[in-house]
Amino acid sequence: MIQSVTLDDTAAIAVGAGILGTGGGGSTYLNRLRLNIELRKQGRAVSVIRADDVPDDAVVCAVGGMGAPTVSNEKLQEGTEIKTAVRALEDHLRREVYAIVIGEIGGGNALGPMITALQTGLPVVDGDSMGRAFPELQMDTFMIYGLAPAPFVLADTHGNVSIFKRIGSAGQAEAFARSLTIEMGGSAGLVMPIMSGADMKATIIRDTLSLAKRIGEAVLDCRARSIAPAEIVAALCNGEVIFTGKIVDVNRRTVEGFARGRLKISAFDDFNKQMEIDFQNENLIARVGEDVLCTVPDLITLVSLEDGEAIGTESLRYGLRVAVLAMPAPKELKTPEALAVVGPKAFGYDVEFSPMAGDLL
Amino acid sequence: MRIGIDVGGTNTDAVLMDGTAVVSSTKTPTTANVSEGIARALRDVIADSGINTETIDGVMIGTTHFTNAVVERKHLTPTACIRLGLPATVCLPPMVDWPLDLRDIVGGNAHLAHGGHEFDGREISAFEPDEVRDIAEKIKAAGLNAIAISSVFSPVNSTFEEQSAEIVRSVIPNANITLSSEIGRIGLLERENAAIMNSCLRQLAARTVDGFKAALDELQIASPFYISQNDGTLMNADFAKEYPVLTFASGPTNSMRGAAFLSGLKDAIVVDVGGTTTDIGVLQHGFPRVAALAVEIGGVRTNFRMPDTYSIGLGGGSLIQEDPLKVGPRSVGYELTEKALVFGGDVLTTTDVIVAGGGEDIGNKHAVSGLDAGLVTAVQARIMEMIAIAVDRMKTSATPVPVIVVGGGSILVTGEIEGASEIIKPDHFPVANAIGAAIAQVGGECDRIFSLAELSRDEALDQAKQEASDRAINAGAAAESVDIVDVEEVPLAYLPGNATRIMVKAVGDLVGA
Repeated sequence: MIQSVTLDDTAAIAVGAGILGTGGGGSTYLNRLRLNIELRKQGRAVSVIRADDVPDDAVVCAVGGMGAPTVSNEKLQEGTEIKTAVRALEDHLRREVYAIVIGEIGGGNALGPMITALQTGLPVVDGDSMGRAFPELQMDTFMIYGLAPAPFVLADTHGNVSIFKRIGSAGQAEAFARSLTIEMGGSAGLVMPIMSGADMKATIIRDTLSLAKRIGEAVLDCRARSIAPAEIVAALCNGEVIFTGKIVDVNRRTVEGFARGRLKISAFDDFNKQMEIDFQNENLIARVGEDVLCTVPDLITLVSLEDGEAIGTESLRYGLRVAVLAMPAPKELKTPEALAVVGPKAFGYDVEFSPMAGDLL
Repeated sequence: MRIGIDVGGTNTDAVLMDGTAVVSSTKTPTTANVSEGIARALRDVIADSGINTETIDGVMIGTTHFTNAVVERKHLTPTACIRLGLPATVCLPPMVDWPLDLRDIVGGNAHLAHGGHEFDGREISAFEPDEVRDIAEKIKAAGLNAIAISSVFSPVNSTFEEQSAEIVRSVIPNANITLSSEIGRIGLLERENAAIMNSCLRQLAARTVDGFKAALDELQIASPFYISQNDGTLMNADFAKEYPVLTFASGPTNSMRGAAFLSGLKDAIVVDVGGTTTDIGVLQHGFPRVAALAVEIGGVRTNFRMPDTYSIGLGGGSLIQEDPLKVGPRSVGYELTEKALVFGGDVLTTTDVIVAGGGEDIGNKHAVSGLDAGLVTAVQARIMEMIAIAVDRMKTSATPVPVIVVGGGSILVTGEIEGASEIIKPDHFPVANAIGAAIAQVGGECDRIFSLAELSRDEALDQAKQEASDRAINAGAAAESVDIVDVEEVPLAYLPGNATRIMVKAVGDLVGA
């Protein structure tokens, strides 16, 4: 397991986070740039601790960015929004935060918390609450396993901070956070949830930052040796390559603010042998004919056949040559409580979750 | 009559066109001094046809000169950047993602100031004229007069950029200023990068465009001349001096537009076979399909609407390795006419194999008569396989589509292409790019976020279309000929009020053409 993150590690972590993003989670480009700058500025590494090293009575908080990617790519952050939110939280609680927790290891939000860790001088915990990417706040193991959504904190570029002392449910937190984010100019820093070390240890998915780095290193190593990375990545995650071929159709529409769609991939040797994947920001269900090969919460990621770079659902287009990785979800996402929130039915599909053998890690 | 010229890395091609007819064409080597090459090409094409230069209505030039300047880090002017958006954007200052060698050359003189807008048009912070004036003084003290100005969400509202420019001009009267809103789309770093590159290319652009003018004067061609842009439309000489970055990637665009014109097809795949590489692109409604992702120029990310092309290392000069059989990517390039077997050289190239297979009669065909027939067949099959895979990659549906083959290396295409409904090798295929330049129109674009809570969708679309048309007319299009050629609506995830990004492109014929 990793103990620190240095400039030499960010490329691998970004690639790995992309693959764990299952098509969503947003681009890692800007956050990786920012993390590199912060690492150079601070002249030290991000300190990484194991979840079990956090005392039961310590306070930890998960952090991430909230908002539309189109806005975040134009109105770049001031850079200390989340740090400000963490400090405001400490004032409110009259407690010092012990460590920063990654909310979502899939995509750009994997890297942001390490910037906050450097700025606050706090360590970051090796783990996260999704083990992948999901579109909404309540779809994480902290909320699924009943941790309190309040207090939660939102901060904007001007230093405005909003602390929600009470909130009825994670779903309401999602709704309030969304509308406040709009008022804050379409992007904001989020601290949620705030929890004790004991609660964090009871609900977090452990060691996913290390996993992201291992995946990324394997991909970069394959690129250096000019070999296709898909099989090696799948093996690292106890998964398998369930299809290789060319994207032949992408059908998308935006419903209620989310990108939904279906893509088709044809096998290289037989055009009529096709895989269909349903996606809503993330890839959710993979089928060949009537056979469902993999469903959410198990991970489905398309990677470019040649270089193993993850392909986001916003970049799908006809002609891309891809390998489809299916990786078992972490065990924390496969309990009845979890499946009620992140199973195929929760996304509106009348499909049973038939888990892949094994666990992500 | 019109003359189209394409200045490539290897060849400068020229065509003389009378309406839709190609009167004459020529291919000459590109020279270190681009204007000399152009003058020679002009002389050839005029002499060849024997026309009176007074009958020339316009000269259209496509050039890779400015792209090459950035790629080779040559002739770049040190440039300062002012960005309006404080307190936002501090964490990623201008030029933050540039390659260090390029940043060193351009100077890395970057300043942040208050201003900028939110996605819905609210101000991020109030504009502070004194702050900009102080920055301008600093830039002046640093001895710089090339300046790029960016402001957050300036494609939605460009007032702050314009106000800043006015202030900078009051401090630095000869300031050469590029506003990011004039050349780029939403995506701050990418748009700002383009604006900075534009300012650092302006001196070179002025020299180069003046050189083109001198070449025309020398041949007593008094007609206006135009430079082609990456979207397949033209800009006049003055505009080109102002916006040299808009020429980036105009080469592939011209060859695809030329292919559309020569074949009469508006929807097809274009295969442009050169000496070293083959570029495959897609025509949609007569224009190249544009790339969806960020495009790097000389290591700098931009968000220009570049044609979406896929290149493979296959051309008329590609080397052939016999065992195991390998075609390209190594190539003799421009030395083909010295090194290939049919030209008396000692290197086996794709051109030699095509001649041996009886497909073409080029050079001395006896030099390849001894080639093993099995090898010839195998190489031809491999070439077609390489092209078929690349074509397949670019196709937009599973249905077979027509494939247009252009470029000097078109002789390589000898058989069927899997997935092609037909293969068209139009007349004048070697100079399709110069023809693309000659027939180009002028255009304008609008790319903004509209809140459909305040406007109806139709009103927003009408506004966007009007803006794009106005820009086309400003660029020199005849108002009555302006057509909307592309409308793209992207509903924005996670935003309320039906915020929708609308991109519209309008094109029209040049006034008087």
